[in-house]
Amino acid sequence: MTAVEFGSGGKGAAAPRAAFRAGWGQLAIGLLVLAFLLVFLVWPVATVIWVAFTEKGSSSFTLTNFADFARTDLFIRSLWNSFYASAMAVVGASMLALPLAYLTTRYVFRGAKLVQVLGFLPLIMPPFVGAVALQLFFGRNGSVNLLLDDWIGIKIPFMEGLNGVIFVQSIHYFPFILVNLTTALQNLDRSMEEAAQNLGSHGFRLFRRIVFPLALPGYVAGASLVFVKVFDDLATPLLLNVKDMLAPQAYLRVTSIGIADPMGYVISVVLIVASVAAMWASSLATRNIDYATLQRGGGGHAKRELKSLSAVLAYALVFVIIALVLAPHVALLLLSFATVWSFSPLPDGFTVAHYVRVFSDSAGLIKNTLLYATLAGLIDIIVGTAISYLVLRSKIAGARALDLLATAALAVPGVVLGIGYLRAFYDIRLWDGTSLASAWIVIVIALAIRRLPYALRACYAALQQISASLEEAAENLGATKGATIRRIVIPLMTGGLVAGFVTSFATAAVELSATLMLVQTDANAPLAYGLYVFMQSASGRGPGAALGVIAVLIVAVGVVVSQRVAERTRRIDNGSLGN
Amino acid sequence: MEALAFGGASGIGLKAVDLQIENVSAAFGDHVVLDGINLLIQPGEFFALLGPSGCGKTTLLRTIAGFATTSRGNVLVGGQNVSALPPWRRDVGMVFQSYALWPHMTVGRNVAFGLEERRLPRAEIKRRVDLALTFVGLNKEIDRYPSQLSGGQQQRVALARTLAVAPKVLLLDEPLSNLDAKLRVRVRRELRALQKSLGLTTIIVTHDQDEANTICDRIAVMNEGRVQQVGTPTELYERPANLFVAQFLGMANVLSGRANGAVFESSVGVTLDRGTAADRAVPVFRPQDATLAPPDDTTERGPSFAGIVDEREFLGSAVRYGVRAASNLLWVEAPFHSGAPLKEVGEAVRVNLCPDRIMWLDH
Repeated sequence: MTAVEFGSGGKGAAAPRAAFRAGWGQLAIGLLVLAFLLVFLVWPVATVIWVAFTEKGSSSFTLTNFADFARTDLFIRSLWNSFYASAMAVVGASMLALPLAYLTTRYVFRGAKLVQVLGFLPLIMPPFVGAVALQLFFGRNGSVNLLLDDWIGIKIPFMEGLNGVIFVQSIHYFPFILVNLTTALQNLDRSMEEAAQNLGSHGFRLFRRIVFPLALPGYVAGASLVFVKVFDDLATPLLLNVKDMLAPQAYLRVTSIGIADPMGYVISVVLIVASVAAMWASSLATRNIDYATLQRGGGGHAKRELKSLSAVLAYALVFVIIALVLAPHVALLLLSFATVWSFSPLPDGFTVAHYVRVFSDSAGLIKNTLLYATLAGLIDIIVGTAISYLVLRSKIAGARALDLLATAALAVPGVVLGIGYLRAFYDIRLWDGTSLASAWIVIVIALAIRRLPYALRACYAALQQISASLEEAAENLGATKGATIRRIVIPLMTGGLVAGFVTSFATAAVELSATLMLVQTDANAPLAYGLYVFMQSASGRGPGAALGVIAVLIVAVGVVVSQRVAERTRRIDNGSLGN
Repeated sequence: MEALAFGGASGIGLKAVDLQIENVSAAFGDHVVLDGINLLIQPGEFFALLGPSGCGKTTLLRTIAGFATTSRGNVLVGGQNVSALPPWRRDVGMVFQSYALWPHMTVGRNVAFGLEERRLPRAEIKRRVDLALTFVGLNKEIDRYPSQLSGGQQQRVALARTLAVAPKVLLLDEPLSNLDAKLRVRVRRELRALQKSLGLTTIIVTHDQDEANTICDRIAVMNEGRVQQVGTPTELYERPANLFVAQFLGMANVLSGRANGAVFESSVGVTLDRGTAADRAVPVFRPQDATLAPPDDTTERGPSFAGIVDEREFLGSAVRYGVRAASNLLWVEAPFHSGAPLKEVGEAVRVNLCPDRIMWLDH
């Protein structure tokens, strides 16, 4: 009895010890990631929430701050305006995206590729950059209204107040809906629609009863993203001089009254609740209805021909939409080369002086941006790979929770993260006596946290597609663990990691919501911040536009690189699968 | 019983009509998919379009339903030319290969869809939905969603959905391809019984000759966009019109050689009387239409030649030998009787042919 127990005990101990040792490494990675997320995501956000619920100057729980919020007309109006502008931006974005998605996926449409590519264009330019440029085309005295006034004596208030926010954001964010909806429409089994036609359905009824319900998950995913983005955006309303929206109010309270004033925090909590609610509602609306993967095998869609009249209408519609999409880019480019441009449809003259000025005065902005975005991208793929590895390859309890926690950053508006960082890190002094909140590395970390959810998904996908049998096959053929990782895992993951890095890099390069709070000295400012400062004065618009063009180029290069890498990876993967 | 109620006056009102396909052609770019197809399908007939993948059979089915936008020619349903009608006006019910059940609707809503599109009164819709689902034995599943059903059940819902609108013709696109092998044989029998009880003109597309042979009245064998032959399963097997049909339906051996006047000199050394066969025709025989004998046995008076057993496949009821003679590998099938000795690979044999079983076929 004893002997048996001894023997089994000895054998039993050997296996757990090996697992234990492997577990230690994983546990250490897990704890490091957890510490990173706790310090730079949970603590700042918790601080914001805590301040919102405590009395000013003490630490006793109170709802007074929220009562004050509800009593202040400005805040309630801001709340309503934010909701209204976000909802209308969803409507506007849908009006742009729906026809493009439906026409290009269901009809023989010349230029369908172009539409898809142009659809991405607004995403490579931050909305606030386009905002100022669009004033010149669509503002009260912009090109369009000047011409309209000349011809028929009317002016259309495209850019007045909230209209401007809605207009700019619709043009800017509609690709979110376009991309999701196009994918959903393409993935629908062709026979789903043919079955309905076979049973007597066609035209708009077919769209309403079969096509749209089946593509709904894609639409809702895109629409909720647009809603949240508009709700959280800080710089666009500020540059359009719309102050009575929630995000600008939060920013203005904290920057003008100070970080001790509780109202900025209350507004932040409202912003978080709205973000979470929008995402929750979207997941609720699309729960259990992932149709795209349910039944496949119907093959690609047979695209229909457009008849002559509808073809003319369709092309005219697409032309107008494309013109709108291109407007901010064209305006920005013109502005960056313009000598003087006001009260006229086009600039009076052209010059390269703005670029000269930007390169001589503001080279630091560009250098900072490249540094910050690179570091943020690196942090993201390191943390993203660590979390993916723990979730997919280890049995550590709570790996999923880490994933969730990192993804939760999606629900934290940039302005809230910025406020949280200011408050949480303000009292921490560095060795030279300055506050941690004013160190440039904090800007990098804020950017990394903001972009982590996207990079995490890229890393996750990269690791997930490497089935364990690929590693086992290598080991079976005599490769050690190390050799397997070096020769199989890393080469297969590279594409995904590069794509994840570039996505983080490109979007971090033009991010402003969080950094607007955190830039304390001009020397530390990134390009997006400089752009914002330039765009606020009439004389700064030329150099600002030049800076904007440079930002667009940086991001465009990033997007092209990531597309290339993603495409190459796809080719390699398809090759290895053999079909 | 249910079937009678379904087709009869008190049921949904199915009626058998004929279907005529006149000179239908289709092309995708330069690639000709259908090349002058003519077919007449009788009322109530169970008709198969059989052929290898890419032969145009699915395109022909989609042409009948109105989905093949590039095809030309006429489709007449019960004498009415529907070629110019869009799919939603044709009244030809199609059951899709993937079933195409709409995942956002319950079984009941799926089956009701076509009736709603026809603006039938609500009571009539309910009656027909119940009837159609009872007919396929799924009336208990009316409130479930397609994803909660098995593959076989999904297929029956797809069938009920199509039958509920009382189509003039029923089209089935590879109906058995998404079922596992065991279920396939069962559903195949069910389909045949069901079609016979409904008496509905039905066209099935398949690449599986067993499927077509077991359930259909007549078959059109297709290849490279053309109908090679139309006939009953036995006609096609016994009197194939050409080499393609002979080889697609069962195994067929081709003797190489060349025509010389009234005879055909084969490379295995046998000379065959060509009779009235065309100049380019070659002699073809089925594996079971030849016998094997010991190499020195010349008691058979028919044409025979020597060969070596190269392959042996045991099929249960029969043994199939691959015999090499000259440069040919010819298959001969012998019934298997328990205890009887088998020929070994490498053994020399004599192959006896049965002259009246030799088919003279052209490409």
